[in-house]
Amino acid sequence: MSEPGIPSLLYGEVEEDLRATLRELLRDRCAWHEVLARIDTEEAYDEGLWKAVAAELGLAGLLIPEEFGGAGAGPREVAVALEELGRAVAPVPFLASAVLATSALLACPAGEARDAALRALADGTRTATLAVTASTWPGASFPLSVTGARDADDLVLTGAVTGVLAADRAELLVVPVVVAGEPQLALVAGDAANLSRRAVTSLDATRPVGELTLDQVRGRVLAGPEHAEAALGHALRQGAALSASEQLGVAEQALAEAVAYLKVRHQFGRPIGSFQALRHRAADLWSDIAAARAAARYAAACLAEDSADAPVATALAKAYCGDVAVRAAEECVQMHGGIGFTWEHPAHLYLKRAMASALLLGTSDRHRATLGTLVDLPPAI
Amino acid sequence: MRERGDVSDTDSGPTGEPTDRPTREPVRDLADGSGAEAIDAAEIRRRVAELVAAHDPTTMSSVEFLGHRFDAGLAWVHFPVGCGGLGASRALQQVIESALIAAGAKAAGGYRNPIGLGMGAPTIAAHGSAQLRAELLRPLWTGEEIWCQLFSEPGAGSDLAGLATRAVREGDGDWIVNGQKVWTSLAHKARWAMLLARTDPDLPKHQGLTYFFLDMTSPGVEVRPLRQATGQAEFNEVFLTDVRIPDTHRVGEVGQGWAVSNTTLMNERVAIGGAATAREADAIGAVARMWRDRPELRTPGLHDRLLRAWVECEVARLGNERIRQQLAAGTPGPEGSAAKIAYARLNQDVTRLWLELAGEEGLGYDEWAMRRSELGQAALGARVPGYYYLRAKGNSIEGGTSEVLRNVIADRVLDLPREPRTDTKVPWKEMPR
Repeated sequence: MSEPGIPSLLYGEVEEDLRATLRELLRDRCAWHEVLARIDTEEAYDEGLWKAVAAELGLAGLLIPEEFGGAGAGPREVAVALEELGRAVAPVPFLASAVLATSALLACPAGEARDAALRALADGTRTATLAVTASTWPGASFPLSVTGARDADDLVLTGAVTGVLAADRAELLVVPVVVAGEPQLALVAGDAANLSRRAVTSLDATRPVGELTLDQVRGRVLAGPEHAEAALGHALRQGAALSASEQLGVAEQALAEAVAYLKVRHQFGRPIGSFQALRHRAADLWSDIAAARAAARYAAACLAEDSADAPVATALAKAYCGDVAVRAAEECVQMHGGIGFTWEHPAHLYLKRAMASALLLGTSDRHRATLGTLVDLPPAI
Repeated sequence: MRERGDVSDTDSGPTGEPTDRPTREPVRDLADGSGAEAIDAAEIRRRVAELVAAHDPTTMSSVEFLGHRFDAGLAWVHFPVGCGGLGASRALQQVIESALIAAGAKAAGGYRNPIGLGMGAPTIAAHGSAQLRAELLRPLWTGEEIWCQLFSEPGAGSDLAGLATRAVREGDGDWIVNGQKVWTSLAHKARWAMLLARTDPDLPKHQGLTYFFLDMTSPGVEVRPLRQATGQAEFNEVFLTDVRIPDTHRVGEVGQGWAVSNTTLMNERVAIGGAATAREADAIGAVARMWRDRPELRTPGLHDRLLRAWVECEVARLGNERIRQQLAAGTPGPEGSAAKIAYARLNQDVTRLWLELAGEEGLGYDEWAMRRSELGQAALGARVPGYYYLRAKGNSIEGGTSEVLRNVIADRVLDLPREPRTDTKVPWKEMPR
């Protein structure tokens, strides 16, 4: 129906089915009070839920071609999954494993190590992460904090990476490494000798970051100098573009919580949702979320079609949706008044996920700067 | 360009009680289904081919061709047979437009008669008598008779139902109308007007209204240009002094004017369609070009604002495209009100940015002399930045203020509790004005 050039921004039937299935699972197994209770435990991720999402529903393999046991779906479907996972603030390493690490692997040349890793991710038996600081943006210079040396066909890696998603959880690490001054990507096992991993207390405890320290750690070559930068850039762009859909989900949930409260909370003898000061702000949020949906859908569609406009679409979606999600979560807190500021209410879960998501993979400001370059709006001299 | 007052006081129905008015196009319901099963896209294409074969759109005037198109039931495909339609699914309209464009016909000229096509026709089709349908629809469609809307008044803007123009019936005869209307687009060109008037001031405000079609050539109708802050006159004031309207031009029952007007108002945004705009097609494009061409004007603060505005404009463009896709797929959503609010805010922000970027040039203006102008903002490039800045101020007022539209979203989309009201139960004549 749409003219050539603008892909469909609607949801297809397959995407709606996927949403319905995942939403039902999350409703049954990822209630917000369970997410909240987990923060006070040692286990950051809900392993049972992750197994159900990754293996039983097969969502870990959405991006992975069928020849490796994946679903052979694409960014549009991943985007819908992220909307739902964001809505539930699900404590699972989906973004790290099924988006960032998987996208990096898929952009690496075929090879024994890569193909085996993809198979293990597709069937949900392994979880992976991309060993970069999670605030790294698409277009950032190649990380230099890990260096490597050749040892026969393998690499020996030394260095450290901070702020890595699922750092202490992943069984497989895709590590950017500099070898003889040139970028490469290496595959390192989570239980490799001389690798130490540590979770750090994180703003978003439902998706913590951690540190990796490598001291002569053995890894396999995934991508040599001719492919490594492009593969990393692809992974970061996919992550940034698709996290906009997660932000959309968080924003929708935050608004839904706020609106539900506006209808039942009475002050001055009226439901507070009848006060125009609050009605108008809720309406503005709804409008912004409607726009965010168009932006997030466009980014996912551009990735799916490998459109030449994908870099613009990515920067646009991440710049816009990140801000909308943070604003929605902040308003959710404010519209709840006192209860919204307490630990026992879920508003802070949305706030922390929204803010952390906005800081991941390039802030709004960073993506606007990228856009300035892409669409020829250069800075003042 | 939208008529001011088209989304007004939307949270009450004719009885003053809260209503859950459908956000979907009501004319959809006109398709009675009698011909619907037989008519599919292939049948539509066949009929378009037949029309074009009999009446070559490339060799005759557009008025003449549009007349033939109306007679073939290919004007509004979802309208009843005899009213320019085939009683078919609205989704088939796009098939007609595409097939006609492929055959070399010009797009139907909505710009000539936007109020007639967007709001008049659905109201005539839904509420007009057989005689009014037969008399009015065809010349409206061809653009031979332009329409305007006499709703807003100096004392009734957002609160449309509070209007004061009086219609008094002479026994069982004609209606005599007295009052003043304002913000009337195209009144100076219009042959017909949709008129909402008070017929019973003793009833609460929504209940005492009646709807008429007014012949603008009637004695006692005086149209004066209304000059705006830009210096030009896009709109009009219309003074009605002892204007006579035959009862046959009453639309709907006496006292049912509010319900009928809802049909008019709800159709306004649905009429918007057509192709998506290109990136940087609006004012943001003019600002972006100035930024690129004039490096000496750049400052860091303006750069940040420019990038923010560019993002918002592009996201709004995608949002409009998504609305268009929803309509084309037959699943319209309530996003239209949000798009209108966003457009108003963005156009105001961007045109202000334009003036600030232009600096010294922004101090000038091209012309204050009062001139009649076409509806809506002048084409980009036709005027100086100051004009666009001033004109944009109307964007958040015309077609429903942004504040009223936020209430529409709060009521109809979010289903938030209504504000307590004091004006819906008392007789209109007792309300403070």
